Amino acid sequence: MSARLQAQQNFSLRRVGAMVLRYWYLLRSSWPRLLELIYWPTVQVLTWGLIQIYVAQHSGFFARAGATLIGAMLLWEILFRGQLGFSISFLEEMWARNLGNLMISPLRPAEFISALMIMSLIRLAIGMVPVFFMAMAFFGFNVYELGFGFVAFFVNLILTSWAIGILVSGLLLRHGMGAESLAWTLTFLILPLSCVYYPVAVLPEWLQPVAWALPPTYVFEGLRAMLTDRVFRADLMLGALALNAVYFGAAVFAFLRLMESARRQGTLMQGAD
Amino acid sequence: MTALLGGNGAGKTTTIAMILGLTMPTSGTVTVLGAEMPRQRYQVLHRMNFESPYVDMPMRLTVRQNLTVFAGIYGVEDVQGRIMTLAEELNLIEFLDRPSGKLSSGQKTRVSLAKALLNHPEVLLLDEPTASLDPDTADWVRGRLERYRFEQGATVLLASHNMSEVERLCERVIMLKKGRVEDDDSPQQLLARYGRRTLEEVFLDVARGRREKQEAAQ
Repeated sequence: MSARLQAQQNFSLRRVGAMVLRYWYLLRSSWPRLLELIYWPTVQVLTWGLIQIYVAQHSGFFARAGATLIGAMLLWEILFRGQLGFSISFLEEMWARNLGNLMISPLRPAEFISALMIMSLIRLAIGMVPVFFMAMAFFGFNVYELGFGFVAFFVNLILTSWAIGILVSGLLLRHGMGAESLAWTLTFLILPLSCVYYPVAVLPEWLQPVAWALPPTYVFEGLRAMLTDRVFRADLMLGALALNAVYFGAAVFAFLRLMESARRQGTLMQGAD
Repeated sequence: MTALLGGNGAGKTTTIAMILGLTMPTSGTVTVLGAEMPRQRYQVLHRMNFESPYVDMPMRLTVRQNLTVFAGIYGVEDVQGRIMTLAEELNLIEFLDRPSGKLSSGQKTRVSLAKALLNHPEVLLLDEPTASLDPDTADWVRGRLERYRFEQGATVLLASHNMSEVERLCERVIMLKKGRVEDDDSPQQLLARYGRRTLEEVFLDVARGRREKQEAAQ
């Protein structure tokens, strides 16, 4: 087998790079797309930052709890924007009717998913880095104080966001644009159960195991422990990582199965004719 | 070069999609360049390509950007050199930095053809490649396809409704009807067998089932 043929049959960084380049060309050619990346996170940080200032004016527990609001909001945005960055890049192929071209090309599912994950990070960086600086400048939220904890929070949230993004992409492949609304709404399904702004103990007892089955719950509990008690809960982060490994694997499996189902049903053809 | 002929819904696009591994046959197998499709598709997809006026390229990207991306996906060496060669051959030089969405139908078809030829495919599938083109541009595209077939010795499968195009380009014609092969021969043999002067008349005989009616009457 020639070296070129061998290279064509294996995972190719070059094909991943080509796909990232495709999305980068698109992003830089469209200022509304760039503006959209930063618009909502900015509105969110302003809203929650001002709420935090108001709450902090009161003494006692509420003042301490108030400090976690903007941190929770920023971490939630990482989860939501990370998933959106993944799903929107995938949707761009459907909107452009380009999926057929990709599905008949040597591009592997793993390469496609890798490119979407990289674009999720790029889009997240464009949208969130300025917002983090804004939170530091105007609302006293210092991300550097979180130290390694922030890295652990980020890794866990981005893994969850990708797992959701992969699942949504599989559903889009199988069911077409009829499933588009899932890209915008699926993450919100876990918002109340992930206990973003309140502790798990607030939930009814029967619902708490469901909350603990979601990796973001561990992250937000960990954030509260860090900001209110100054403790880094490594146990929570490891628990989240283990769950993320399961969900990420399950999402990739579901994506591949949905793609094969689309191939059997002929729905992949819709992108090609 | 082989033509797939058949009325709307006869199964031309589905046949092409099965050959490309885009859809799974409900029965039987599809083998391309020794690989069973779609199971072994990644062994051969880099040796194949496809062109259709009904499949868009990302519209906001310029022609050069689109071709650069697909060249990367198909593992083309000397990407910019290959793009320039194709741009010269297909008269695309002046459009290279124009967004694909701002091209005319004829220009889009040429860009789509450039994408399909990027990787020197050994198997080239074309779905109505000259649909919506004016006669001059359509004739030019046919000439380019003939040249590619001659120079590369590639297998070309062409789905078309244009009978004169098929007569000019193809040495084999497969007639489809309701998902089944109704006939399969050279254009000359088909004309002789059906007793017709043009492929269009043969097509109408097949589409309207005249031959079966005649045979039934006898």
